[in-house]
Amino acid sequence: MNLTLKIWRQKDTKSKGKFVTYKMPDVSPEMSFLEMLDALNHKLIGSGDDPVAFEHDCREGICGSCGMYINGHPHGPVPAVTTCLLSMRHFSDGDTITVEPWRAKPFPVIKDLIVDRSAMDQIQIAGGFISVNTGAAPEANSILVPKKNSEEAFDSAVCIGCGACVAACKNASAMLFVSARISQYALLPQGKVEARERVRAMVAKMDELGFGNCSNTGACEAECPKQIRLVNIARLNREYYKAY
Amino acid sequence: MALAGLFLILFLPVHLVINFMLLKSDPLPFNKAAQFMASFPLIRIIEIVLISAILIHIFYGIYIQLVNWRARPVKYAVQIRTKTSFFSKFMIWTGATVFIFLVIHFFNFYFMRLGLVQGNPEDFYSVAHSLFKIPAYNYIYLLCFILLGLHLYHAIISAFQTIGLNHRLWTPVVKAFAWIYAIIIPAGFAVISITIWQFR
Repeated sequence: MNLTLKIWRQKDTKSKGKFVTYKMPDVSPEMSFLEMLDALNHKLIGSGDDPVAFEHDCREGICGSCGMYINGHPHGPVPAVTTCLLSMRHFSDGDTITVEPWRAKPFPVIKDLIVDRSAMDQIQIAGGFISVNTGAAPEANSILVPKKNSEEAFDSAVCIGCGACVAACKNASAMLFVSARISQYALLPQGKVEARERVRAMVAKMDELGFGNCSNTGACEAECPKQIRLVNIARLNREYYKAY
Repeated sequence: MALAGLFLILFLPVHLVINFMLLKSDPLPFNKAAQFMASFPLIRIIEIVLISAILIHIFYGIYIQLVNWRARPVKYAVQIRTKTSFFSKFMIWTGATVFIFLVIHFFNFYFMRLGLVQGNPEDFYSVAHSLFKIPAYNYIYLLCFILLGLHLYHAIISAFQTIGLNHRLWTPVVKAFAWIYAIIIPAGFAVISITIWQFR
């Protein structure tokens, strides 16, 4: 495949960025999107140019670091995959692919496609934990958890904190991320003890960091690579009301 | 925001039922209903709640929208292509149009009752009929109710989600109700204005 890439290039947070167009001939459909960018960088380094900076780590859809906004979709046009698992076979010969960093006030661009997502960590630090030492795993029948609750808690816990929900939301809201974290604890007995303090602290931190508000458009749910559902946001709202 | 909105949603059918009395050739039932709404003590208390709900809904809506705009100072070059509820993207604008309509509506009726605008508050029937005879007023009226319908559809679904009610079985029922409500209520108001405009 012969592709045209329009990639956002920005030297650092304070610099003004711009799109730079690159021609990418002979892209194999078997490549992942990140491998295609690796090939581009190989070319750029070979010709003495600055390679495109993008974040990546596990390359197997677990770490959540490879977020980028591809042709109007966080993590690209394929549902329920991260950028690292996005295959080039989903694109066609002659396509122009526009690649941008996440755009949100709490996510300043560090360089090119890399944004500072530490705002997500700050929300987590504000209350996304159980503050007592839980010790070794207890005997399985000592605390009974309904199967439905354990499954829903696990579904919430698979959130990788990549920020696609913020990137997709027209309001740059982090509600889906926060609701996944809140749900993960709210559904299990160990998390109920500190439920009130947790939801108050995490929502306050989210607001303080400048994320937008949820207007229930559902873009976050549609773009989440881990398919975190809107029902979590309703649960977050319930937990929030209960906390006051 | 959601609670204030839901209260306003509940008020609309009451208003619609009273408006249907405008279709009678006798002005007395409508004027009596209007008088009852203006004088019955319990209704007066509800009126204060209603005005408060309107103000809370407007000011909080504007505040939330400003925060939301500030949250993305740099826009994407390629617009977000995610498939979402179409109407949800324009709530501030459909809401603003409904607000403009409310201002006109208040000038024509509510302010007259308060003595701020000249006219006979005892005979809202004639005031309404003379307004509906003006084509331009009808066009604005109908446009505002179409936009109100678009606003209502997302508003109802969104309000339930915001107050924490999202259920595997009941949320689809709420969505169906939102469709029906968003069509029936504006259509009811539109039928009244068109009937008076064209046939009376």
